[in-house]
Amino acid sequence: MSKRTKISRREHSNKAGYLFLLPYALLFTVFILTPVIVAIVLSFTNFDTIQFPKFVGFLNYINLITGDEVFMQYVLPNTVIYALIVGVGGYVLAFLMAWALANLPSVPRTIFALILYSPTMTTGVAMTVLWKIMFTGDQTGYFNSWLMDLGVINEPIIWLVSTKYLLPIVIIIGLWSSMGVGFLSIMAGILNTDESLYEAAAIDGVKNRFQEMIYVTIPSMKPQMLFAAVMQIVGAFQNGQIASMLAGNPTPGYAAQLIVNHIEDYGFIRYEMGYAAAVSVALLLIVQVFSKISTKLFGED
Amino acid sequence: MAYKGHKINPKKFEPGQIKIILLVLPLVILTGLPIIFIIFHAFKPMEELFAFPPKFITTHPTLDNFRKLFKASRTAGIPLSKYVFNSLLITVAVVFSSLIFSTAASYALSKLKFKGRDTMMKINQFALMFVPVAVMIPRYLIVNILGLTNTYWAHILPLIPLPVALFLIKQFVDQVPQSLIEAAYMDGATEIHIYLKVIIPMIKPAIATAAILVFQQVWTNMEASNYYINDEGLKSLAFYMNTLSSGSGNTVAGQGVAAAASLIMFVPNLVLFCILQKNVMNTMAHSGIK
Repeated sequence: MSKRTKISRREHSNKAGYLFLLPYALLFTVFILTPVIVAIVLSFTNFDTIQFPKFVGFLNYINLITGDEVFMQYVLPNTVIYALIVGVGGYVLAFLMAWALANLPSVPRTIFALILYSPTMTTGVAMTVLWKIMFTGDQTGYFNSWLMDLGVINEPIIWLVSTKYLLPIVIIIGLWSSMGVGFLSIMAGILNTDESLYEAAAIDGVKNRFQEMIYVTIPSMKPQMLFAAVMQIVGAFQNGQIASMLAGNPTPGYAAQLIVNHIEDYGFIRYEMGYAAAVSVALLLIVQVFSKISTKLFGED
Repeated sequence: MAYKGHKINPKKFEPGQIKIILLVLPLVILTGLPIIFIIFHAFKPMEELFAFPPKFITTHPTLDNFRKLFKASRTAGIPLSKYVFNSLLITVAVVFSSLIFSTAASYALSKLKFKGRDTMMKINQFALMFVPVAVMIPRYLIVNILGLTNTYWAHILPLIPLPVALFLIKQFVDQVPQSLIEAAYMDGATEIHIYLKVIIPMIKPAIATAAILVFQQVWTNMEASNYYINDEGLKSLAFYMNTLSSGSGNTVAGQGVAAAASLIMFVPNLVLFCILQKNVMNTMAHSGIK
C-alpha cells in the first residue's frame, strides 16, 4: 500500500478518533447525558421525589398547555420579553462592543474588555449583596436616594416587590451581565480575521467600516458568531437566578417569573418533579428552535 | 481618496480611535460602576454602611469586614484555610482535566473521521441546551449510586465534561486548515503528534477562553457542596462564602461582610483573566493560520 492511500484511509475512517474522544465521552455520558435522559423519562411520570415515579403518559405536557394559567399568563410572556431583549439585544451589543474594542490598541482594549466581562465573574453571592442594596425599597436605598435627590420621585419606590418594576430590573441586570464568553469569543474571532482580506475587500470596492463588518468580518468568523449566538440563547432562556435572588420564588405576582423559575418552583418547592421535568423539556424545545435558526445563519455550509 | 481598509488590532494610538472610545466608554462605565461599588462596600466601616443618605464612595476604608469574615470562620470550627484548600484542589483538578479532555475530544470530532462522530456532536449540543436545574436530582442519584458522596470526586468528576467548553474549542479547531494536518501526515506524524504539535498551538485563544469558563464554573459551584457532601470539612469556599453572606446579607451590618466575601470570590477570577487575556485577545497571527 502506498503512503498516499494509507493517509487517505486515515482521513476517512480513523480509529484513533475513539481514543481521543473516550475520556470526555465517558464522563459526559455518566454525569450529563444520563441525567438528561432520566429527566426526560421523568417528564412522563408523576414523581414527588419520595415515592417511585408513576407513569402518566403525556399528562404533564397536556397540563402544561391546557391547565397551567400561571405559565401561559405570566411565565411564557415574561420569558419571551426577557429573551428578546437580553438575548437578541445582548448579542448585538456584545458584537458591537467586541468589534469596537478590536479597533483599539491592546492596552485600552484589555482594560475595557476586562470591565465589560467582569459582571460575568460576579455570580451568586455578589448578586444578592450588590443589587439588593442598590434597590432597597426605602430612602436608604441607593436608587431611591439618588432619584429623590434629583427630584424624579417624591416617595421611595419599593422596587423588588413592585410588579411594575421587577421585570425591567431583571432585564437590566441581565443585560449588565451579558458580555460573557460569547463576547470574548467574538473578539478573538475578529482579532483573528486575516488582514489581507481587508485589503482585498478595499480593492473590491468596500467603502467603509460598516461594509467591512458585513462583508469581511462576519463571514470570516462564522464559527465564533455561532458559538456566541448559541451561548446567548441558552443564557437568555436559562437564567432565572436574577429574579429568584432578588425577589424570591415565586416572584411577587409572578411579575418576573421566567421558565427556569417555574421549573424550580415545581421541582424544589412543590416537589412535583415530573411536571418540572416536562417544563424543562418544553424549554429545551424552545431553545432548540432558536439555535437551529442561528445555525442556519452562521452554519459552515 | 479611495478607502484603504482599516487595521484591526492597531499597534498604536491614532486620532481616529477617539470616536470609538467615546462610543464604548459610557457602557464601560455603566458596567464597571457596580463592581466598583462592591469594592467600596467591602472596605466601608460600620458608620458608613449605615450612613444616610447612602454613600457610594468609602471615605475611611477599613478591613473590619474582612476581619469579621475570618472571625466567623474561626468560631465555626473549620478553619477558612481548609475551604480554600478544598476549592484550590478541586479547581486545579477540574480545569486541567477538563481542558485536556475537551481539546482531545474536539480534535477527534473536528479532524478525525469515524463512525458516530456527528452524532456525538449533536448529542453534546443537545445536552448543552438542557436546563441544569432539571438534571440536579438525576445527577444526585448517579453520584450516590457510584458511591462518590462525601469525597472530592463528587466535586471533581461531574464538572469535568463541560459541553460549552467542548463546543467552543471545536469551533476553533474547525478553523485549523486541513492542509496543515495533511502535510503533517505526509511527514509521518501520528495523531498524538498532530494533536500536540499542530492543533494545541493553534487553538490557544480557545484554550484560554475555555480555561476562564471552566474555572468560573468550578470556582463558583455550590451544587456538590449542597447536595453531594455532608462533611463540612469537604465543602468548598464558594459554599462557605455563600452561607456567610446569605445569612448576613439581609442586615445592613452584614452587607459589608457579604461584599468582602464577594470580593474574595471575585479576585481569583480577575487574576486568571489578567493572566490569560493575552491569549484570549491576541491574534493567532504568529501561529501560522493564514
